[in-house]
Amino acid sequence: MTYIAKPKFHHPGLKKNELGYTHRDYEGKISTLCAGCGHDSITASIIEACYELSIEPHRVAKISGIGCSSKTPDYFLGNSHGFNSVHGRMPSVLTGANLANRDLIYLGVSGDGDSASIGFGQFAHSIRRGVNMTYIVENNGVYGLTKGQFSATADRGSKSKKGVTNTDNAIDLVAIALQLGATFVARSFSGDKTQLVPLIAAAIGHKGASFIDVISPCIAFNNHAGSTKSFDYVREHNDAVNRLDVLVGRDPIAVDYAPGTVQMVEQHDGSRIALRKIDADYDPHDRLGAQTFLQKHAAKGQIVTGLLYVDPDAEDLHEHLNTVETPLNTLEADTLCPGSAMLDKFNASLR
Amino acid sequence: MSDKKPISSVNDFVVRFANVNGSGSASANEMFARAILRHGVPVSPRNIFPSNIQGLPTWYEVRVTEDGHLGARGGVDMMVAMNPQTWDKDVAGIEPGGYLFYDSTKPMPSTKFRDDITVIGVPLTAITNSTYTDPRQRQLFKNIIYLGALSALLDMDPKLIEQLIGEQYKGKEKLLSSNVHALHLGRDWALQNLKCPTGLRVKKSDKVGDRIFIEGNSAAALGAVYGGATVCAWYPITPSSSVAEAFTAHCKKYRHDPETGKAKYAIVQGEDELASIGIVIGASWNGARAFTATSGPGISLMTEFIGLSYFAEIPAVIMNIQRAGPSTGMPTRTQQCDIIACAYASHGDTKHVLLFPEDPAEAFEFAAAAFDLAERLQTTIFLMLDLDIGMNHRLCRPLKWDDSKQYDRGKVMTAEMLEEGRDFGRYLDVDGDGIPYRTYPGTHPTKGSYFTRGTSRDRYARYSEEGSVYADNMQRLMRKFETAQDLVPRPLQANAERPTKYGVIYFGSTTPAMDEAIGLLETRGHQLDRLRIRAFPFHSSVASFLAEHDFVYVVEQNRDSQLRQLIVNENGIDPVRLVPIVHYDGSPITARFIAKAIGDHQDHLKVTPLRKAVS
Repeated sequence: MTYIAKPKFHHPGLKKNELGYTHRDYEGKISTLCAGCGHDSITASIIEACYELSIEPHRVAKISGIGCSSKTPDYFLGNSHGFNSVHGRMPSVLTGANLANRDLIYLGVSGDGDSASIGFGQFAHSIRRGVNMTYIVENNGVYGLTKGQFSATADRGSKSKKGVTNTDNAIDLVAIALQLGATFVARSFSGDKTQLVPLIAAAIGHKGASFIDVISPCIAFNNHAGSTKSFDYVREHNDAVNRLDVLVGRDPIAVDYAPGTVQMVEQHDGSRIALRKIDADYDPHDRLGAQTFLQKHAAKGQIVTGLLYVDPDAEDLHEHLNTVETPLNTLEADTLCPGSAMLDKFNASLR
Repeated sequence: MSDKKPISSVNDFVVRFANVNGSGSASANEMFARAILRHGVPVSPRNIFPSNIQGLPTWYEVRVTEDGHLGARGGVDMMVAMNPQTWDKDVAGIEPGGYLFYDSTKPMPSTKFRDDITVIGVPLTAITNSTYTDPRQRQLFKNIIYLGALSALLDMDPKLIEQLIGEQYKGKEKLLSSNVHALHLGRDWALQNLKCPTGLRVKKSDKVGDRIFIEGNSAAALGAVYGGATVCAWYPITPSSSVAEAFTAHCKKYRHDPETGKAKYAIVQGEDELASIGIVIGASWNGARAFTATSGPGISLMTEFIGLSYFAEIPAVIMNIQRAGPSTGMPTRTQQCDIIACAYASHGDTKHVLLFPEDPAEAFEFAAAAFDLAERLQTTIFLMLDLDIGMNHRLCRPLKWDDSKQYDRGKVMTAEMLEEGRDFGRYLDVDGDGIPYRTYPGTHPTKGSYFTRGTSRDRYARYSEEGSVYADNMQRLMRKFETAQDLVPRPLQANAERPTKYGVIYFGSTTPAMDEAIGLLETRGHQLDRLRIRAFPFHSSVASFLAEHDFVYVVEQNRDSQLRQLIVNENGIDPVRLVPIVHYDGSPITARFIAKAIGDHQDHLKVTPLRKAVS
């Protein structure tokens, strides 16, 4: 980390997005993570995705649990409210925040300890409720902030920096998210910004529970030989299922339109995802197929990345609860309180 | 039969029904209590039920009390013994001279009875079997048949019961007429075959007035509706589940947009208590009024979040319907045993606001007030109910609401205020009351955002591990807690007729028993000033009350005298002057118990010293 404060001035010619915000408007405080940390690359991708989508920075609520990953919301979107809550409990806090105001964008940032161990239950239940959110797990297979203990996503047989071999089976959060009914499921790699930025953008555009597992090597405790979450290991074993671009009402210049290899997915907010298929058989609308595909590749020691599943017509928790369009946090006594006349009737029914 | 005279009493006796759980007796028994109310005679019913759905013993006790004593009395004047499992214990529990009502279809050996009570046998099974063929009908109507027989034995007006049946089965004519028929089957059999009435009689009176008959959990849930709660997250746990269920029912009735049919509320059944309080904290952080309802084990699970609410200053309302602990304890029995656990919940230095309603009417008021307090103080507010208030129907004054009332949303800095250039420091004490301003997420594009965290930070919410910065914040939190003293409901004091050196402090569901005990103590010649505590932090009048009396009894329903501990700790007074009076077997405290415990202590204090007596 560096302790030099980030300067506030910037080049006057800095590019602006549709709303007139520059890249700098999406940045936050300077990171206190280790230099070269995969999490900082994810932070950069979040900033890039929000800039590209022309989101008003203050309309995002960024919520996290505890751990290295959960510190990162301080390092992006400095004009958004952030909540570094309780270890493993980001999903419930986010769910509550989302219920209070359905108009904001909810970004949940968590780690593998936070989501696969202490918060495994909350991860699962927020997904099965269909909370409208983008849930990012910055997955390094290790407890960084407490110096290198295995997490529940560490692969069986992988070695810790101290040379200890992990004998427990690993939890694959992507497989679980698919099984629990997440309506947007993806995996990526912190070192692959080309793939990650459009995935985050698409997840934000998705209405419903979006889950992205981002393998993010811990350079301090999990980037050695024998680790299955190191930069080298992931690069060697990465098998991308597709590449994508997110198009927000702009010309799809970047997209390769080669017939039979591009699939367009239109989301509820009008944005479109262009999937450039690498694996010709892969269908991102087939939940069962995605599960099988994932298992088959895992058996071969391959880490599948890309958009594994999306349901463009998903419903969210507010639809299940049939809540009013107006955010609940803006309702006052005139609409919430039934009043004294109603209370008199209520009293009369109890005599 | 011995020469013990049968008890003779009008409008002042206790009837206890012993049933098998799941036999459908609950609605007949409740109808019995309501029917007496319709005679203008106050009743105080209590469910004594197992942690079970079917098969285990359950009791329903109705105290008929013209004088309006709504606490449990203790003792049984008439036992309606419908459960063979508990027969021996039930028969043994009847007061000498009392009555035993039982199903006499099958002959019982004489050893199964007592000779100092009046035994009333009605062949309930024989009557039902000769009238009904369907087994379920036999079971259900048997309950109504005993209700009919009791109406004759206790001299009740059958028209009033018919009226209740009519209200219950409005629009279901077939059920209505068959229930009325069953009622008269029992009543006519009793009139023809038994001496009616017995010594216990219900006589029409006018002592009920405009009071309502409601469970505390339902009233608290309605308080949440009136108080503007829009988010409720909960996890099922006895005895609190009916709060969330009642909130759901009230919201369905009062909180749907008449045009769109959409809900102006969101209720989530969490996967556990941790998620429930997490949802509440997230919603409150984002500016909605949110609450959860739970009981002791749930409080234990929630404590980490409660600490966050205290330290990061996020409003939350927790309704704690207390049951007997520790651990799983006695899930269906009452206690006031979470006082310390809630007052100091979570690790580190914390203190929390507790509200102690005495009955459903106050539960309604305090529940609504809890949301104002939570947002004003930006912290957790506990509404401390217990099973006795929460899950029993209690006669209480009608619920009231002032339509001119606006919600107190506390110190919230708006986009306009930020535009004006107001200095926003999330943890900055601008008014000297320890309460800072907060902003809702999404307020302003460039101003007012901050990072909420459970770690220490400075007045502008910037992370800090500086000792002085941490201490400054902790001291402000203390100032805020002092501010709370004058915002929470004050204690209510009632002085004895003659000046006295003795006082008594009590709270919550102990109130009706305490009020009754005062009368019993007066007849023994003991005068006591009373102080009913309604909230923590304690108002300064608590310290004054302690200073004005030599000895103060603290009456409560837990083993360790938890309120007393809290008073001693917070007021720094000599514990010797606070005499614990504790009742903790899981049954509701009674006036008889309190009067005996305090009376014996008083008698002891008044014993003339030996030296004086002989000199």
